[in-house]
Amino acid sequence: MSSEYVVKMENISKEFSGNRVLKDVSLCVRPGEIHALMGENGAGKSTLMNILFGMPAIWNTGGYEGTIEIDGEPVKIDSPQKAMECGIGMVHQEFMLIPGFTATENIKLGREVTTPTVASAILGKPLEVLDRKTMARDARRAMDTIGLGIDENTMVGGLPVGYMQFIEIAREIDKTGMKLLIFDEPTAVLTESEAERLLRTMKVISEKGIAIIFITHRIDEVIEVSNSVTILRDGTFIDRLETKDTTASKIAEMMIGRKVEKLVDNADGERDLNKDDIILKLRDYHVDMPGETVRGLDLDVIRGEILGIGGLAGQGKIGIPNGIQGLYETSGSIEFDGQKVDPGKLGDALSRHMVFVSEDRKGVGLLLEESIEHNIIFTATQVENKFMKKFGVFTQYDAAAARKHAEDMIKELDIRCVGPEQLVGSLSGGNQQKVCLARALTLEPKLLVVSEPTRGIDIGAKKLVLELLVKLNREKGLTIIVVSSELNELRSLSDRIAIVADGKISAILRPEDSDADFGLAMSGVKVGGADDGEA
Amino acid sequence: MKNNEEKRISFSGYLKGAIFNNKVIILFTVLCIACIMASNTSLNYIASEVFSRFGRNACLVLALIIPCLAGLGMNFGIVVGAIAAQIAIFFVVHWGFTGIGGFLLCTLMSTPMAIFFGWLLGILFNKTKGSEMITGLVLGFFADGLYRLFTLYIIGGLIPYDDPNLLDRGFGLRNAFDLSDSIKYALDDISFVTVFRLLMVFIIVIQLINIAIGSKKAMAVDKKESMLKLVSAAAGLVISFILMAVPGVSGMIGGTRLILSDTLRVAMIVYLLSLVIRKFLLHRDITKDRLIKGAVLTVIVLVLSYIPFIRDILRSVSISACTYGVICLFCFFNNWILDTKLGQDMRTVGQNRIVAGSAGINVDKIRIIATCISTVLAAWGQLIYLQNLGTFNTVQQQSNVGLYAVAALLVGGASVQKANNRQAIIGVVLFHTLFVVAPLAATQIIGDSAISEYIRMFICYGVIAVSLAMHAWKKKDKKVVKKIVGDDENKDVIKTLA
Amino acid sequence: MMEKLKSAVKHINLPRLIIILFFLFIVLLAYVNDINVNSYIGSTIKYWGMWGVLVLAMVPSIKCGIGPNFGISLGIVCGLLGSLLAIEFGITDIFNGIVPGLGPWAAIAFAMISSAFFAWFVGVAYGKILNCVKGSEMTVTTYIGYSFIYLMCIVWFRAPFTNSEIKWPIGASGVRNSLSMESSFGSVLNDFLGFELGGEGGIYIPTGLVIFFLLCCLAVFLYFRSKSGLAMTAAGSNPSFARANGIDVDKMRIKGIALSTVLGAIGIVVYTQGFGILQAYTAPLQMGFQCVAAILIGGATTGKAKISHVIIGTFLFQGLLMFTPPVSNKLLAGTDISDTMRQIIQNGVILYALTKAKGGSSNEE
Repeated sequence: MSSEYVVKMENISKEFSGNRVLKDVSLCVRPGEIHALMGENGAGKSTLMNILFGMPAIWNTGGYEGTIEIDGEPVKIDSPQKAMECGIGMVHQEFMLIPGFTATENIKLGREVTTPTVASAILGKPLEVLDRKTMARDARRAMDTIGLGIDENTMVGGLPVGYMQFIEIAREIDKTGMKLLIFDEPTAVLTESEAERLLRTMKVISEKGIAIIFITHRIDEVIEVSNSVTILRDGTFIDRLETKDTTASKIAEMMIGRKVEKLVDNADGERDLNKDDIILKLRDYHVDMPGETVRGLDLDVIRGEILGIGGLAGQGKIGIPNGIQGLYETSGSIEFDGQKVDPGKLGDALSRHMVFVSEDRKGVGLLLEESIEHNIIFTATQVENKFMKKFGVFTQYDAAAARKHAEDMIKELDIRCVGPEQLVGSLSGGNQQKVCLARALTLEPKLLVVSEPTRGIDIGAKKLVLELLVKLNREKGLTIIVVSSELNELRSLSDRIAIVADGKISAILRPEDSDADFGLAMSGVKVGGADDGEA
Repeated sequence: MKNNEEKRISFSGYLKGAIFNNKVIILFTVLCIACIMASNTSLNYIASEVFSRFGRNACLVLALIIPCLAGLGMNFGIVVGAIAAQIAIFFVVHWGFTGIGGFLLCTLMSTPMAIFFGWLLGILFNKTKGSEMITGLVLGFFADGLYRLFTLYIIGGLIPYDDPNLLDRGFGLRNAFDLSDSIKYALDDISFVTVFRLLMVFIIVIQLINIAIGSKKAMAVDKKESMLKLVSAAAGLVISFILMAVPGVSGMIGGTRLILSDTLRVAMIVYLLSLVIRKFLLHRDITKDRLIKGAVLTVIVLVLSYIPFIRDILRSVSISACTYGVICLFCFFNNWILDTKLGQDMRTVGQNRIVAGSAGINVDKIRIIATCISTVLAAWGQLIYLQNLGTFNTVQQQSNVGLYAVAALLVGGASVQKANNRQAIIGVVLFHTLFVVAPLAATQIIGDSAISEYIRMFICYGVIAVSLAMHAWKKKDKKVVKKIVGDDENKDVIKTLA
Repeated sequence: MMEKLKSAVKHINLPRLIIILFFLFIVLLAYVNDINVNSYIGSTIKYWGMWGVLVLAMVPSIKCGIGPNFGISLGIVCGLLGSLLAIEFGITDIFNGIVPGLGPWAAIAFAMISSAFFAWFVGVAYGKILNCVKGSEMTVTTYIGYSFIYLMCIVWFRAPFTNSEIKWPIGASGVRNSLSMESSFGSVLNDFLGFELGGEGGIYIPTGLVIFFLLCCLAVFLYFRSKSGLAMTAAGSNPSFARANGIDVDKMRIKGIALSTVLGAIGIVVYTQGFGILQAYTAPLQMGFQCVAAILIGGATTGKAKISHVIIGTFLFQGLLMFTPPVSNKLLAGTDISDTMRQIIQNGVILYALTKAKGGSSNEE
């Protein structure tokens, strides 16, 4: 039975422990076409691809609902091996290459060509000797197909990133019967010229009849190479379009469009903020945080406001607070309350009452195996010598004072727990986040930087945490920066929203601005046709 | 194209690179030479001592290569292989088997034991990924304890073993276990000609099967080549019989020990011939460079071997034909297994477990197999060691096996992640030269030899500590390291010399 | 019920449970076989105090995130050096001349202070090395410890000591294999206020030793409640957290390992005074493993340790070692199985902890 589509996924649904991440999603790809799969972070793109590729992560969590057809035949893909047998290949975002091996060895990894020997006749296939000549020939052929001119005996280790990606692609197309190739954000790590070459290569591959699913955030790339687009939002299927029938802003609008539920009642006009009273000033600010590099941005934060920082994952928004805190190397100038901050000196930001609540709550934000009380007071003991009794040069922990403060905080922030001695690791995500905030408040901050405040928290608790932030801002006049991938969240509480793309501020918008503006800003396309043009 | 590039690099650059890449070897060579000069002992003595130690120890070191490439680091766990060998010996000696028969029985008995121990060890390593070396070390001590329990309390107690000569107080083995009436020199005493004939028969059998498989499976086995090998092996067999009939020659090749000088010359000529044959008769791609290098090397060795001073030393050393043959077999085995699919999988696992897993390789299984191979090789290596030594300390003989083998391999320039046969061989030579001459030098300089044991042990542990630290350091910061490492090593040597 | 039992076993952890049961079993056997239990309990307490401080040295190194300090031999060697200097300078005699009876106290104080001084510097250097090899600390500490011992063997052999109690009987210099502490500070802590519990033939309590050990425990306990101690604990249990709170993790690790080395130095002085004989050369080689095993038996893991683990673990381990020889002697016709057993238990416990350590996967490249 032949079919119009090489892959047809219909009504796919997937739950992770009660949390529905995909709902009745469909995806159809014709043979030999380049199909772009688009959506914000958390829209369900990776989950969908993991299902198609039979990743164990899907099967260990209860599988999925819906049907997958390959060439019109219904199939059940329950392992990556099975996916490969069906002719599906994946070019990973992180390279699955071995630097100490040659290009040939990497291309034929796990699929080496062998010849039988005496020992293998007795003890089985693993003892067959490698046929290096045939392997080299196959590798050469695959590399020629995509126009990769390097020697097949070159060690992969010293090659530029772009070449590595091409070797990955060569490996996939060397597999026999390849029908569909998935590219997971292939251009994210490439320079501009490398990316262009990759896009050309994708076209070459698709002309050979191999279909391509292209996952990306960059709308301009989609317009440039793809034949059709599927757009997901919040785990639901929005639309499938032919690229020629649409425009960049239309795609952007479809990716974002959502109802915003305002947490803040008073309209912007009622806020009495002095636009010239700048509490934090960043100039030509770079942060070398792997995966979230900040590449020279300028930003002013007004005293008393809630500033949202949004943008897609990997664009650098997370790097901003981490750099200020001194966790990664930075350059450029940071001015807080008129004074220079030295992020190279650990704890400098903290001692100036600029407090950071990390996005990595379990990794950076908390001591999971310690009590709530200890977590709340810890930073204050180190930075301010609070809760410490002094005996000459010796210091001792002041348990009574700490207990009292912890109890106050638990009451004030409504942390649901057995008592201050409960271990933080056993709390729910929302309450853990409150403990983080309690610790930050113990330092009496002038500026509170909260990174991904609602990540991994259930919906009810999300709202509580956000409301708490608004309350702190309105009642205590605390300046707050909220960094979040969830644009909706930012639009619900911020006064202004800065969108970061490619490590720079691409736009500063108001919560009321249109979805299309937000979508284009996030994709790095500046409205008005100006090109950001940097790799 | 590659050659051109290499030539473009200036000679001084090449030299610098060569020195940097071989820094450890150069360091220890200098140390050895200094000690030899200080020791004031005849080179003949040192040479023969080193070569006999080499024959004893090389196989144990070669057993470390496979797990190293499979990413398990230095396998201190080979102690359990040695234990398997010793347990086999207890029983074979008790049952009264002697000579080569007894030795083969030991091999046969120790192998399944070693596989079993290796399997357990592999499982343990899989549970402690990333800290295999400390695990191997502690496991060595642990196994030592169990072994001691076995030899001192269980043998003759729970397991019937009434051999009054070997038992203390009714149960538990004597402290020293004597092999002189059983398997001492069992392997060393096989004559060269026997080894040669066995090899020829082995090749004939292999090639026959090869041809059989080739015709059945229609695989790309080169029939012509197989036939050629078959014929030359058969010819070799015939020649060996003819030569044995010649009175003068029969004495030379029929003996169990070979004079080093003759062996070396013959070996070099055979090496060159094999290169030529492979290039021109079998049309293998052997580069001209390699051919020229081989020829130059052969000429140099031959010329050197006729210089009187060196000739005397080479003449004074005799080596056991069979043991050295087995060492070659171990090397050959290591190379061969690495050229198979299994070996490729091992190297992949060794380089990156995640990538290996995603390429469909069963990482845990490959690691267990590598550990098993290593343990079996270690068991055989320990058998070779003990048959040469002739007597051993029942309780403690195995304790330092891992330590000495690892130190030797590291001295040869290997690192925690990379090792090969060449490094093992060079390492054994250097390490044992140092072992022989360090006490002599100490006696000469300080006038007291008691200190030499400490120096020896310090070298062992120091080498391991430094190379482990370097490895961990490299992993942490790959860029900065190169500069610092050199200095650090020098420091260690200065410490050693002081 | 089954679930409860399982979680209870998990809480105590399996090897610890086995060892507790085994210990009780051996004590019972001793009692049944008419062995003088009192005297063996006495020596258990004595060895508990002697080993205690050495085992305590594991606490800072585990807490600061380095893991069990197999290289405690560095501290041990410093302690031996301090003790030797105390003998060399004849501190005992000098102070006995001032106030009779003060000599041994002055000598042990001198030994502790001077060795702590050396140990601090050695520990800081050692910590700097360990900061370069994060992730493989256990392997590296073990081998650095070993090679340092042999390096010091060479030093001991040629060290220019002049006191005739230290020197070889023949020869100009070098340290003896083992030398008696009788004339310096042997048993000074053990005998202080020592008494026999339950009258003549009862359990001998080395009061001074026990008090000293408990004081050390208290000091460490208080340290970990100070600002610096809190920071160290945080640096060990979550380095990223510590950094985000302005704590220099590397510095804390150096502090922790230096503290551990100092405690090791003081520990060996305490051990030596109790043992009555100073053993230089290779005697400390396996002491590191024994200390690690003791704290693990007490319930610590490679990532977490408490003072209570030290107190319980040392007691159990030493108790087991004290009671095994007489029992095995009675039951197995004159053989002493205790050393073999020590080897199996000690290394078995460490192996078990290694398989449970989470560090394993963090070494991925």
